[in-house]
Amino acid sequence: MLIRRPADIVPSEITPEPIYLDRRRLLQGAAALGLGSIGGMAWAQSAGATTKLVAPPNNAFAIMDKLTPRKDVTTYNNFYEFGLDKGDPAENSGKFVTRPWTVSVEGEVGKPRTFGIEELLKLAPLEERVYRMRCVEGWSMVIPWVGYSMANLIKAVEPTGNAKYVEFITAADPKTMPGLRSRVIEWPYIEALRIDEAMHPLTLLTLGLYGETLPNQNGAPVRLIVPWKYGFKSGKSIVKIRFVEKQPTSAWMKTAPSEYGFYANVNPDVPHPRWSQATERRIGEDGLFAPKRKTLKFNGYGDQVASLYQGMDLVKFY
Amino acid sequence: MPAQRLFGLPLRGAKVLLFVLGLLPLLRWVWLGFTDGFGANPTQFLTRSSGTWTLVCLLIALGITPLRQLTKQNMLARVRRMAGLFAFFYAFLHFTTYIWFDQFFDLQATVKDIIERPFILVGFSAFVLLIPLSVTSTQGWMRRLGKRWSLLHRAVYVIGVLAIVHYWWHKAGKNDFQEVIWYAAVLAALLAWRLLWPYIQAGKRAR
Repeated sequence: MLIRRPADIVPSEITPEPIYLDRRRLLQGAAALGLGSIGGMAWAQSAGATTKLVAPPNNAFAIMDKLTPRKDVTTYNNFYEFGLDKGDPAENSGKFVTRPWTVSVEGEVGKPRTFGIEELLKLAPLEERVYRMRCVEGWSMVIPWVGYSMANLIKAVEPTGNAKYVEFITAADPKTMPGLRSRVIEWPYIEALRIDEAMHPLTLLTLGLYGETLPNQNGAPVRLIVPWKYGFKSGKSIVKIRFVEKQPTSAWMKTAPSEYGFYANVNPDVPHPRWSQATERRIGEDGLFAPKRKTLKFNGYGDQVASLYQGMDLVKFY
Repeated sequence: MPAQRLFGLPLRGAKVLLFVLGLLPLLRWVWLGFTDGFGANPTQFLTRSSGTWTLVCLLIALGITPLRQLTKQNMLARVRRMAGLFAFFYAFLHFTTYIWFDQFFDLQATVKDIIERPFILVGFSAFVLLIPLSVTSTQGWMRRLGKRWSLLHRAVYVIGVLAIVHYWWHKAGKNDFQEVIWYAAVLAALLAWRLLWPYIQAGKRAR
């Protein structure tokens, strides 16, 4: 498949490598300092221990927006399994166990199998991609994820001709996920993509961020990132991937069908039933006084993905 | 004339103490503002925090009369205005945060937002209703309005209900009523007290 790079990047906007590496060293230094001063155990409890991941940047999949600070990326999360407030996941996910971890792949595939997390880390070369992330609530971030195209895993299990959709089932462990007590949505959290969406090179099987394994609150140890869709399409802490023939009903479709459709493509022209989606607040950008940004159709990835939806009414299939 | 005292404190001292207490949320924001303490989404933090303190001050103002009836500390009536004005003060900051940091004074966008999210209209109505109450909170207006003053100031019951509806509706998006249910319960209890008090008094007299 031909991947066109977005046209609006001029070379001068690209961060020169020395500056990029400097920033990386600074971050690593800060992380090491945090570990040393607070004490290993307490740190692991509060933030979820992470380890370094070697992943060269893939500039074909990198936008040049200013990165959202790691602190914001890891403390402002929607992960209802750990609580409804944005700060809850970072606070309540310390006991969540991500090793050992397996992801079973089943359904309409020629080679169903279970991947251990170590196998997933080695299935394809890890790369860093800087993606915009847009939450359906009207805020956005820019995050350097680590992973590889979901297509690598899909090819490895050889889907049959019946596999039209891919369903992602995520962890639901009442012992370590206090948010499961709330009945806001039906657990486990389930999301799904059409198979061509899942095969799209942008769709990232994600194992890390900011050069480290995922913190628990960000969906450790493995999650999905689909950058042209609202964030809730990207299931966290995936335990099962199922290839199916019929369109699955996602957790949010069950909870509020009028508010959350199957496609959930970022679209400034289709308002949420209770608010506009025309603008968004970029987290970590000059605080209070930064005006909101205009939301881009397909979150700015239209050149790459619009063809997936040719002939579809995106108001009806929202 | 005996010295005016509130729970044993000279009234003037008690008022200064309450004034400082009422300013604590504001001082906390200043502190957090200078120490990078607003978190990842400062607008959301300030909106929610100012909303919370508006509701708290409103409930305190509504709670003063029952407290006075229970404790017979009649000087409590002299601090009720301050509680009410603090509610207005935090409501004003709440509204300002919305119109400034959320809408950037874009009136067209604001109107659109209100239509799309009617819970904002409910909150805005509560804020507008607070204005005449704040303006007429002085002794002068009390005298001038006479009986109509207490009639006007009964609007505070409506404001309380609107504030809870505003908060409830906001939380309805996530079906998350854990917190709002407590505020609603306190408001319901305070309003119920006003309905029940005459009967309680009558019962005492009958005995």
